Amino acid sequence: MNLIQSITSKVPTLPLFATSESRQASGAAEVKTSTGTNTAPGTGKAENKMRMETHDLSVHYGSTMGVRNVSLPIYDKQVLALIGPSGCGKTTYLRALNRMHDLTRGARVTGSVMLDGKNIYDSEINPVIIRRRIGMVFQKPTPFPTMSIYDNVVAGLKLVGIRKRNVLDEVCERALKQAALFDEVKDRLNSPGSSLSGGQQQRLSIARALAVDPEVMLMDEPTSSLDPQSTNRIEDLIHELKKQVTIVIVTHNMQQAARVSDKTAFFYVGDLIEYGPTNSLFTKPKEKRTEEYITGQFG
Amino acid sequence: MTLDNDTSINGSKEARELLRRPPSALYRWLGDRIFAVVVVMLGVSIIALAAGMAIVLYGEGSAALRQFGFLGFVSGTTWDPAVQLVFGAFPFLFGTVVTSVAALLISFFPAIAVAIFTAEYAPRWLAAIIDNLIQLIAAVPSVVIGIWGIFVLAPWMRDNVYLPIFTWAEASHPALLPILGNPMGYGMATATIVLSLMIVPYTTALTKDAIKSVPVEQREASRALGATKWEVIRMAVLPYARGGILAGAILSLGRAIGETMAVAMLIGNKNTLPFSIFGAGATMPSVIVNEFREAVETLHLSSLMAVGFTLFVIALIVNLAAAYLTRKFSIKGGQVV
Ligand SMILES: Nc1ncnc2c1ncn2[C@@H]1O[C@H](COP(=O)(O)OP(=O)(O)OP(=O)(O)O)[C@@H](O)[C@H]1O
Ligand SMILES: [Mg+2]
Repeated sequence: MNLIQSITSKVPTLPLFATSESRQASGAAEVKTSTGTNTAPGTGKAENKMRMETHDLSVHYGSTMGVRNVSLPIYDKQVLALIGPSGCGKTTYLRALNRMHDLTRGARVTGSVMLDGKNIYDSEINPVIIRRRIGMVFQKPTPFPTMSIYDNVVAGLKLVGIRKRNVLDEVCERALKQAALFDEVKDRLNSPGSSLSGGQQQRLSIARALAVDPEVMLMDEPTSSLDPQSTNRIEDLIHELKKQVTIVIVTHNMQQAARVSDKTAFFYVGDLIEYGPTNSLFTKPKEKRTEEYITGQFG
Repeated sequence: MTLDNDTSINGSKEARELLRRPPSALYRWLGDRIFAVVVVMLGVSIIALAAGMAIVLYGEGSAALRQFGFLGFVSGTTWDPAVQLVFGAFPFLFGTVVTSVAALLISFFPAIAVAIFTAEYAPRWLAAIIDNLIQLIAAVPSVVIGIWGIFVLAPWMRDNVYLPIFTWAEASHPALLPILGNPMGYGMATATIVLSLMIVPYTTALTKDAIKSVPVEQREASRALGATKWEVIRMAVLPYARGGILAGAILSLGRAIGETMAVAMLIGNKNTLPFSIFGAGATMPSVIVNEFREAVETLHLSSLMAVGFTLFVIALIVNLAAAYLTRKFSIKGGQVV
């Protein structure tokens, strides 16, 4: 239990943890009872409505199962952390949320993903529009190597036909500042995006995703290639961002999940094992496997 | 940790002893040496072969090059093996450059479009059919393509393209006639069209390879920004693949420069400038293949060799340019190298 104590003691400033013990029922129960306008139980702060929700979401790659029957609410302007051992379906689940599986040969998605009450897998929904509203940051930095730093950041804006230089300039600066990269690159915005260090490239990828002003941000282990300092900056950014944006983050770092998230979902071999407010999941896990995982007994 | 029991981390005692044996056993040393010698010899002999060819060509052509000077030879516009025995290779240089560059310009975008279509849009079975058909073009011997050009393409082009344009020009823009030239069907235009067809497989195959090797992360990154399929290609795929595409284009140009038989059969073979669009012309390979049998004068033969040497130099330059540009524009592991 040492780890749990150390996690919770590390984050005393978070309002989430400052609140007294929640009267929260089990995470699974919460999922079942939640509706589109549910409050975020257990946080004790201003009520957040539900932004996204998955119902019985399953993803198969050919005959391999990626995730199975996952039902989860994702609350507006909160951070949901997905944790679990390697290969348990976190990335698979995340990619289902903005229809990235459409591009993978053999991937099959069943169930539904609701965004503001509409299933994004409905046939009349254009996935391109969905991906504009739901941004994504990948585990590996992916700058477009032939584009300058500037062009990388505004790439998404140019796609929607924004060409006005002053608008692009403004958004570029805003996004780079949000991603804590502006000071490092402001004098060389025209050098290639791939001339940056790995950590800078990752922040560039984040800036690029932020530039299009997404409503939901999906982050797949965004800090796994970063040094502690850059990691801190990204975590600060997440705190900043969640004032405006709903965030789902995959992380292998338990402390990070505890520091940045409001809700945590624990996956194991394709199943959602436990979901709940981060503080209660980390301090009083209901499932044996959750407890074993967060105390480092496996995975 | 004690290592004297039989099941330590290094396995049994015997295995341990074998592993500890000094690694300088004679057979291993010898194997290394033999392998190195064979590899170096093969490599060196290929370089020697190329150098030898260049030296022989230069040696044989040196009589002509001495007589006219290298620059005089490549800029001389008179090629007269019959009366004056003056040899200038400029008409052939001109013919080669114009036909091959024009062939590349004509075929480049269609070839890239086919590559994009088969790599990104076509269902697999259709892509396989198209790929095979295109590779078939490369497999057809150029003399067969030449025959097809003589009996099918040239007459068809003459009747349906050259003559209508010519009569139109005759009626309304007579000033164009010298540029257009005699629309007999065999000439620069027909040779260029056949060349452009013949190099499509090279551009297409190399472009397709380059497109296929764009990392999936690049595509996904642009998709995640809300790019449509075509936008993904424009924003992530083609820029990333540009090195390979460029290499394909330049190597195709090299193919066009060296193509001999089909061009010799279709270009009309005229050794004196000015060349016109429809009219007859000649290229460096075509003049060599047409004249080497009849060359009785030493200087004539030497001049043909000198043309060959010039062609060799151009091919070398094109290949070096391809290597340089590919390196300059390639992207490896997300980095511009
Ligand atoms: N493109 C694919 N094709 C086939 N199987 C896949 C594919 N992507 C993932 N899988 C399988 O789906 C399962 C879940 O993988 P996923 O990438 O979601 O795990 P993860 O939780 O993100 O793991 P990690 O923490 O290592 O990133 C794994 O068994 C994996 O092998
Ligand atoms: Mg993953």
